[in-house]
Amino acid sequence: MNLLRLMAVFFRVSVINEAAYRANFFVQLFQSVIELFTALAGLAVIFSYTHALGGWRPDEMLALVGVFFLVGGIISLIIQPGMSGLIDSVRDGTLDFTLTKPEDAQVLVSIQRVAVWSLIDLLLGLGVLGFALVRLGEKIGGWEAAAFAGTLIAGSFIVYSFWLILASLSFWFVRVENLLEIFRSMYEAGRWPISLYPGWLRFALTFVVPVAFATTIPAEALTGRLGVGTLLGSLAAALVLFMLARQILRLGLRHYSGASA
Amino acid sequence: MKLPSRLQGLLSLYTQQFKTTFASMVQYRASLVIWTISAILEPLVYLIVWSTAAKGPGGVQGYTAQDFAAYYIALMIVNQATYTWIMYEYEYRIRHGSLSFALLRPVHPIHADIADNLSSKLITLPLVLAVAAILALLFHPSANLQPWTVAAFIPALVLAFLLRFLIEWTLALAAFWTTRVSAINQVYFVLMLFFSGQIAPLALLPAWLQGIAAVLPFHWMVGFPVELLLGWLTPRQALEGMGAQAAWLAISLLLVRLVWRAGVRVYSAVGA
Repeated sequence: MNLLRLMAVFFRVSVINEAAYRANFFVQLFQSVIELFTALAGLAVIFSYTHALGGWRPDEMLALVGVFFLVGGIISLIIQPGMSGLIDSVRDGTLDFTLTKPEDAQVLVSIQRVAVWSLIDLLLGLGVLGFALVRLGEKIGGWEAAAFAGTLIAGSFIVYSFWLILASLSFWFVRVENLLEIFRSMYEAGRWPISLYPGWLRFALTFVVPVAFATTIPAEALTGRLGVGTLLGSLAAALVLFMLARQILRLGLRHYSGASA
Repeated sequence: MKLPSRLQGLLSLYTQQFKTTFASMVQYRASLVIWTISAILEPLVYLIVWSTAAKGPGGVQGYTAQDFAAYYIALMIVNQATYTWIMYEYEYRIRHGSLSFALLRPVHPIHADIADNLSSKLITLPLVLAVAAILALLFHPSANLQPWTVAAFIPALVLAFLLRFLIEWTLALAAFWTTRVSAINQVYFVLMLFFSGQIAPLALLPAWLQGIAAVLPFHWMVGFPVELLLGWLTPRQALEGMGAQAAWLAISLLLVRLVWRAGVRVYSAVGA
């Protein structure tokens, strides 16, 4: 498939670029391990006083932390670099070069930059998730696995579409980076199941900044808390948001006149 | 008569600096609001997590959900009053060489940074107080506020601000020696998270961690003023705490001088 071939090319270029800065690998490894240690130590402190937090037992929280790192890794691996690249190139006018290439513009801007070392977060997330799954054991059947895969993919697409919409705003407004910053700090709230939060915050984390779709809902699927309704809602939201993002980017491209020309 | 004239000079420096930075900070109000949102969100999340954990009978070690609400609302205010972003800024200043301009001025550059910091907080203060009031309505905090705790809170907060500012300013100077400050900063943030009382009130951490926290500066920069305000401390503990703050302040003053001198010596402006 063409998309996969392009992704492989861009990934290879990023790896070659990053190979010149190998020490960055150790810095990133160090930082990711510290972050994971912090998350686990925080859980240890809280679960030393209670055996379930809002109905979530330690192993289930561990699965949530795994999902949080996994999706966070996807965001910083490809979504964030691509989208800040889009914002930069709209401002500098270098988007011209992308638009002249004979490929879909959305594909090109989305995969143009890959932060290779963020794979570490992704792998750590998978590791924690795997550990949690072993502890949760036989409770995970075919339905849970399928629902998890579905909601995880849907959640990733929702986050991607949300970022694409925000980044597309840069066709009309100059300072959009700030909005992305809000997402980053709201994402931190996704470390915990959103069922803990009061209604207004739960609403904000689901419908204003869609963090819940990316973290809580896949973890719910894995721990057998997910109804069919939420699964379908998540898939529908992904589809709608993706098409909306595509339209907004198109509108923006039509509005774009090139700063360098 | 040398000291008064020097003080007068500093005073007029601060007034002027306030005027200019206030004007430039107003330009960045959108970024300031976004910073403030992130600064509010973190204590809010811990407030909710601990309140949930404390819902059962007896709460968490006797701490009720209302105690946690009071603790984290006060912590949000103290954190907002004392935080700095200097470690991000210094890395940029040194990498881009803009520090050179600051070095040409006849006063220590730390004064301009203090004025910057204070004026940005003046702008965001109404927002933070409004959020604190709303959170108080939503989460029903209960605290044992007394006239003496409120009175003692003010000097403790000032000491906490100065201490945190000096420590983080010194930390920011690490950029003189390395470009990988993000790893250093992250270690610092983790230490802050555990030892300052952000992740949990210090009394809930294991005893050995509490012992370490008592000799480190972090708790004195955030957690201590909060506990003092809420009436969790005896007058004697409050005095001892302020003593610890003063001692750390003296150490950090010494440290900032040493590190600054050494740093300026290795600094060679990029692009000069």
